[in-house]
Amino acid sequence: MTIAARAGDLAIETRALTKRFGRQIAVDAIDLAVPMGSVFGFLGPNGSGKTTSIRVMLGLAAATSGEVSLLGESMPGRLARVLPQVGALVEGPAFYPFLSGAANLRRLDSADRAAPGRSRRARVDRALDRVGLSNAAGKKVSAYSLGMKQRLGIANALLMPRRLLVLDEPTNGLDPQGTREVRALVRSLAGEGTTVFVSSHLLAEVEHMCTHAAIMSAGRLVSQGTLDELRAGEARVRVRTPDAAAAIRVLAAAGLVAELESAPDERGAESFSAAGGSSNRPADHWVSAPLEVPAGGHLAEEDLVAALVAAGVRVRGFHLQDTSLEDRFVALTGEGFDVVR
Amino acid sequence: MSDKTVSDRSVSDRAAPESGPAASSATAPTGSPRPGGAWALLVSELTVLFRRRRTWALLLALAAVPVLIAVAVRLSSQEPTPGRGPPFLDQVTQNGLFVAVTGLIVSIPLFLPLTVGVVAGDTIAGEAGLGTLRYLLAAPAGRVWLLVVKYIGAAVFCLAATLTVVTAGVLAGLALFPVGPLTLLSGDTISLAESFLRALLIAGYVTVSLLGLSAIGLFFSTLTVVSVGAMAATIVLSVVAQVLDSLPQLDWLHPWLFSHYWLDFADLLRQPIDFTSFGANALLQGGYLLVFGALAYGRFATKDILS
Repeated sequence: MTIAARAGDLAIETRALTKRFGRQIAVDAIDLAVPMGSVFGFLGPNGSGKTTSIRVMLGLAAATSGEVSLLGESMPGRLARVLPQVGALVEGPAFYPFLSGAANLRRLDSADRAAPGRSRRARVDRALDRVGLSNAAGKKVSAYSLGMKQRLGIANALLMPRRLLVLDEPTNGLDPQGTREVRALVRSLAGEGTTVFVSSHLLAEVEHMCTHAAIMSAGRLVSQGTLDELRAGEARVRVRTPDAAAAIRVLAAAGLVAELESAPDERGAESFSAAGGSSNRPADHWVSAPLEVPAGGHLAEEDLVAALVAAGVRVRGFHLQDTSLEDRFVALTGEGFDVVR
Repeated sequence: MSDKTVSDRSVSDRAAPESGPAASSATAPTGSPRPGGAWALLVSELTVLFRRRRTWALLLALAAVPVLIAVAVRLSSQEPTPGRGPPFLDQVTQNGLFVAVTGLIVSIPLFLPLTVGVVAGDTIAGEAGLGTLRYLLAAPAGRVWLLVVKYIGAAVFCLAATLTVVTAGVLAGLALFPVGPLTLLSGDTISLAESFLRALLIAGYVTVSLLGLSAIGLFFSTLTVVSVGAMAATIVLSVVAQVLDSLPQLDWLHPWLFSHYWLDFADLLRQPIDFTSFGANALLQGGYLLVFGALAYGRFATKDILS
């Protein structure tokens, strides 16, 4: 495989992409690699630089330094060639409130030189149908709800056959049905071979639709890869027992680095006493350990339980916790509720 | 007004892909770029502009100016005295066609710049304010082409605005006053048909007069996302230019002011027609278009679109 062909394997590639507004660095040297054909989740808290990155990728804003290529072509130099193949929803939908939904789409479609005028009406109707807006096509957008505008924004991205879709917060303002429809839509588009780049701060959404993800925090790209890679090695074993010290010893013997969780699980304790346990029983502790499978070896959870029981540890609860993307996300971007910048 | 409706209709028909000449000329297969695809945006721009209720409100307000003049003169018991009121007002009772000329003269200092300021100031800032600018550019419309399309839209509005005043004036004149062969400023008399041509020529002169202001509005519009700001700045500047033009202390500046030749279309009411002021005006407006077009390009071509 030649180098050129390898470069073509990435739908979006940025190298040390930086965007500075005055003194503030909005995007700090990110190296994003979005494989062709993937559904790529672009995660990050509010204000972490996701939308700014997207603006630079689409040529709406100029990079302070670094490079961007879309579909193997450099941006913004080849903008006129690349963008007709890219459908975009950037920072929410935006339309002319005094025009109908269909007239809005025809207007935006006419801005694309590659879009044939002859099929415009048919393509607009198809896009509206795809997002379930056919019945509201003739209504003025000023009468649309937020969710309807969001759907219309997605329809705009689907006016032409696209090789890449960039969707910034596509499920914003949608009801649960709408959210499910968008997920199904993204899946069907990906099935047709379109690369979909979805930015979101909703982790569940990304876990539901994406094959790959990247996590932004305060302008930096802190992690990227397949979802499994992002979650890898983070599963934990948790044991509820009054015999914490013994449990830690047993787990250590199995090769796990266990520790006593600092705060006793209150919810667990409550539900336990509610279940009718006597009040003078010793308090339970949670002992947990990252579940690291030894290289080449095999570690079965049931063996751990057997070992614990054999050592006389009173096992009152055993829990195998897969790390959710949320744990990883919080670990990488911090717990705080405050906007970082 | 009636000719406006017809042109608007034909524009929206052409926008419809199934019918019309544009559709039959499109022979390229679906999905591949075809030459001339860029014109679709211009057609769309004009369609959107003339479908907007705001545009119609502006044109209606302009049409009201000559109609009000005609009605006031007709209802008044006393003949207008020469030298009082706007120029040509005293001629209105002799020949109704002068309603159109008087209407233009009254509209030029404020009403026309006002409406043109609204449309030209809204060009880019209006799209930025709605957020549609980012979708037009991501389509991609091309930044330079979008500026050109927006300017053409503003220029077409200038033409529509002056034609509206002239048409409303002619219609009001026909309805309320005797209309016949026109006696020119040079004393010659021209036929009714030729006087309609002269009226169109004057409309053309006033349209050209407004092209410089449109370019200024386009430039202001690239500076902000608040279209009202760009509109106000454009309108204020048109007033300032006229105030400066009236100060004799600033004689040296006058030929450079875009409003300097605004009222100099009387030469078109002579026989033979004297095109000197038309030429000087066109040259001046062309200069403004060049300078402010370049400024708008310089600002917009590399601007970060963050709205």
